[in-house]
Amino acid sequence: MSVIVSHLTKIYDEQKAVDHISFEVKPGEVLGFLGPNGAGKSTTMKMITCFIPQTSGHIKVCGADTITQSDEVKKKIGYLPESNPLYYDMYVREYLAFIANLHPHINNKKQRIAEMIAATGLEREKTKKIGALSKGYKQRVGLAQAMLHDPEVLLFDEPTSGLDPNQIVEIRQLIKNLSKEKTIILSTHIMQEVKALCNRVIIINKGKLVADDDIQSLQQRSKQQHVTHVTFKEHIESDALLQIKNVERVESSNKLEWRIYSSLSIQEAVFRFAVEKNKTIISLHQESLDLEEVFRNLTQP
Amino acid sequence: MFAIYKKEIAGFFSSLTAYIVMISFLLILGLFLWVFPDTNILDFGFANLDSLFFYAPWVFIFLIPAVTMRMFSEELRTGTIELLLTRPIREMHLVLGKYFAAVSLVLFTLIPTVIYYITIYDLGAPKGNIDSGATLGSFIGLFFLGAAFCSVGVFASSLTTNQIAAFILALFLCFITYNGFDSLSRLPLIEGRFDLFIQNIGINQHYQNISKGVIDLRDILYFISFSALFNLSTKFILESRKWK
Repeated sequence: MSVIVSHLTKIYDEQKAVDHISFEVKPGEVLGFLGPNGAGKSTTMKMITCFIPQTSGHIKVCGADTITQSDEVKKKIGYLPESNPLYYDMYVREYLAFIANLHPHINNKKQRIAEMIAATGLEREKTKKIGALSKGYKQRVGLAQAMLHDPEVLLFDEPTSGLDPNQIVEIRQLIKNLSKEKTIILSTHIMQEVKALCNRVIIINKGKLVADDDIQSLQQRSKQQHVTHVTFKEHIESDALLQIKNVERVESSNKLEWRIYSSLSIQEAVFRFAVEKNKTIISLHQESLDLEEVFRNLTQP
Repeated sequence: MFAIYKKEIAGFFSSLTAYIVMISFLLILGLFLWVFPDTNILDFGFANLDSLFFYAPWVFIFLIPAVTMRMFSEELRTGTIELLLTRPIREMHLVLGKYFAAVSLVLFTLIPTVIYYITIYDLGAPKGNIDSGATLGSFIGLFFLGAAFCSVGVFASSLTTNQIAAFILALFLCFITYNGFDSLSRLPLIEGRFDLFIQNIGINQHYQNISKGVIDLRDILYFISFSALFNLSTKFILESRKWK
């Protein structure tokens, strides 16, 4: 196991920021770490990176304990903190050289820095001041410093927040390339990102673990509820639709396009209903709840 | 530790900080020493650098907090402290790296004042009529005093994310430790009873001792433990995030 978190708890004053969380991350896995703002994602990350100690519980990174063997853990972890702090008055290469000097065990620092600059596409920006870079390039510098010492585990805290759509795609591509050889824990609240990058998802809410599953089964899990989109040619009243068996709730804005929530699949029933009432169906399809709705269901107050 | 030291030194010289500090230090003391009517050597007539060693600590009280004020407060404000402390280095290395960088800047600032010494050595009648021992002692004293102020400044910087607050706090602490205890010892309540003890807590007493050209181990130990105390306090402040 790359990362083992067991019964992790962090208490600030009276408040439980993280409450008995346990999970494991296998080598090579990309774990999506989800939760609403303030759920305890960043706190958990700070504990895994040895920045703050936990109140109770244990974390092991590649077999080393974060409290008793923090120097070992720090060598194996690359961390991109939330909001990507950087020294804006340093030059890109100067900054990476500084970070490399903080890691006595890196051999051939110059070559490693050049590799990182190439891998993150900073070739043209390497002689600029960090403060003069665009947000997307700053994020690349953040990724470069996280990977500089060739860590086994990478932790990214909201790596794409505040970027424009093009930059988001670029950063995601970089992370995707990395995921071939590294274990990655990625915190985010953008669902497309999770779908695009992660094999597994953990959702925490108010410090508690509410889901730990791969993406398919998480979506499957909420399949108990079906949503059927139907478009009729004629106006339909909601009372009529509610009489169909298993229908729980219906929604529409114009009485033509309906969203029908039901406990079982009702496509056939809707079709028969239309035939019976002599109405015309223009389109009919059923969708499973997407991740976004799973997330909302699990973390709603 | 060396990586931090290097980064801070590079920061001093790539920004204007180092040059402004060195030039203003030289300029202010040069004015006192050669130009201002009440203090200049040419009117005074004695071949010594006393007025330099009298005013230099006061200039340091303002300059050193200005150099150190951003050292930790900036890291805390922008969150770069998180980048540093998730690397395999210890808090103490971080503190010492920054402390020694500030001390080095003090040293760089002091070196050009040797020119003043050479000038007076040359102007003396007969030539070379200057108490070189006492002057060397004074330089050493001034260096230790600057180092002590650096540790105070770094400490103040670790307490707050606001640079102005760090500056004022460092200025206040430097003033109290340099001059405050001295003045306190002259209170009627204290004078004649434990005034020597109170004086010895302050920096000035030890600075004066070394300035006479007598390098006493006790004074050296005082300055070293003074810096050590503040550096340790800074380390504890940095670690305090772990106790929350």
